[in-house]
Amino acid sequence: MVVLEYLGWGLVLAGMPFFAAGTVGLLRFPDFFCRLHALTKADNLGLGLVSLGLGLQSGSWLVAFKLLLIWLLVLVSSAAVSHLMARTALRNGVRPWRRP
Amino acid sequence: MAVLAAALGLFLLVNIVVGLIRVLRGPTEADRMLAAQLFGSTGVALLMLLAAALQRPALLDVALVFALLSAIAAIAFVRRYWTRREMTAGGDDGGA
Repeated sequence: MVVLEYLGWGLVLAGMPFFAAGTVGLLRFPDFFCRLHALTKADNLGLGLVSLGLGLQSGSWLVAFKLLLIWLLVLVSSAAVSHLMARTALRNGVRPWRRP
Repeated sequence: MAVLAAALGLFLLVNIVVGLIRVLRGPTEADRMLAAQLFGSTGVALLMLLAAALQRPALLDVALVFALLSAIAAIAFVRRYWTRREMTAGGDDGGA
């Protein structure tokens, strides 16, 4: 079980750079669409790795299943919301950024 | 391992605080809403870490509610605030 615990913490640690990348992208990217693109990395991959790692080391099937369920909910809602926001931005006349 | 969990939680909190800069000076309301979306997913990860570190499985339910609320907040923002196309023809939501 020690192996599972180390593996789980390793996965959680691997998920952290994606949150940092989402924050940095939100601050540094030039327009709305680029920021949206950076942010979905944190949603999908960062939270996925964190929930997978914590589920591995939790040691109970119920907790692992609940973590997986939260991640699946965030995946579906993040995809739907991102698509909705990007489409609405295009319709509202937000122009995608071009290299000057 | 509790120290590691606390350090990672602090790192996620720092992420949220740094992201508040975008809320302060996002040129449009949509950029501020994007920052709020990021806070939603970061908060869910933070609650998962806390549930593991404090051995409190109830915090996972709080994380579930957070995920639901952030999705609902974004949809409400897009549908009711960002577009002022209510009651006009051509909208695909069939009017409000």
